Amino acid sequence: MIHPIVGTAATVLLALLAVPFGLAAYRMIAGPGYADRFVALDMLTSIAVVCAALTALATGRAEYLDIALVIALINFVATCAFAAFLERKGGRR
Amino acid sequence: MITATVGIALLAAGLVFIFLAAFGVARFPDAFQRMHASTKAGGIGATLVILGVLVATGFARPLTGILTIGFMLLTLSVASQLLARAAYMSGATIHELNGRDDLLGVLDREKAPLEERSVSAESDRS
Repeated sequence: MIHPIVGTAATVLLALLAVPFGLAAYRMIAGPGYADRFVALDMLTSIAVVCAALTALATGRAEYLDIALVIALINFVATCAFAAFLERKGGRR
Repeated sequence: MITATVGIALLAAGLVFIFLAAFGVARFPDAFQRMHASTKAGGIGATLVILGVLVATGFARPLTGILTIGFMLLTLSVASQLLARAAYMSGATIHELNGRDDLLGVLDREKAPLEERSVSAESDRS
């Protein structure tokens, strides 16, 4: 019951998503410090959530929304772990 | 048809926010300003896109979508607060700080960022 134009629009938006992905990946590779890389990783996982949600529309399979939920869950745990790493390495031993 | 239009509008708005966040992450000069762009704009963008997918599919999986939105709104702020605190304590560079540093004396802060310290530690060891 998805309107056919929605699938086309989702495919176009998926292609457009390559631009923010490239920008965040550039920061991931170039970013001078560890903190910059962790921020870029946070951004990349947000883009992955959006990518999974748009794929659900483009393919018409609602199961991809579950993938978006799981990526969002993992994003939180990963960011907390990296923050703990940065804080422990940064603080006095 | 009306759900398709509203859904596509929400998707496009979300994509605009994601674009702004990614430009901020690529262009801002230090980690804290990049975090400022990525967390707010990225969170709003992803939330809008998932809302758009929900509307466009006629709420095919309402529970998953609403759980995702609620979880993202709850955790993105907490995660970015943790990351910002850790970045400040690890001594990440702050670009052109005007005025005084209000966190001085509240949180321990290293003199140099982690990557510079780890380089000097390796050269000490050798």
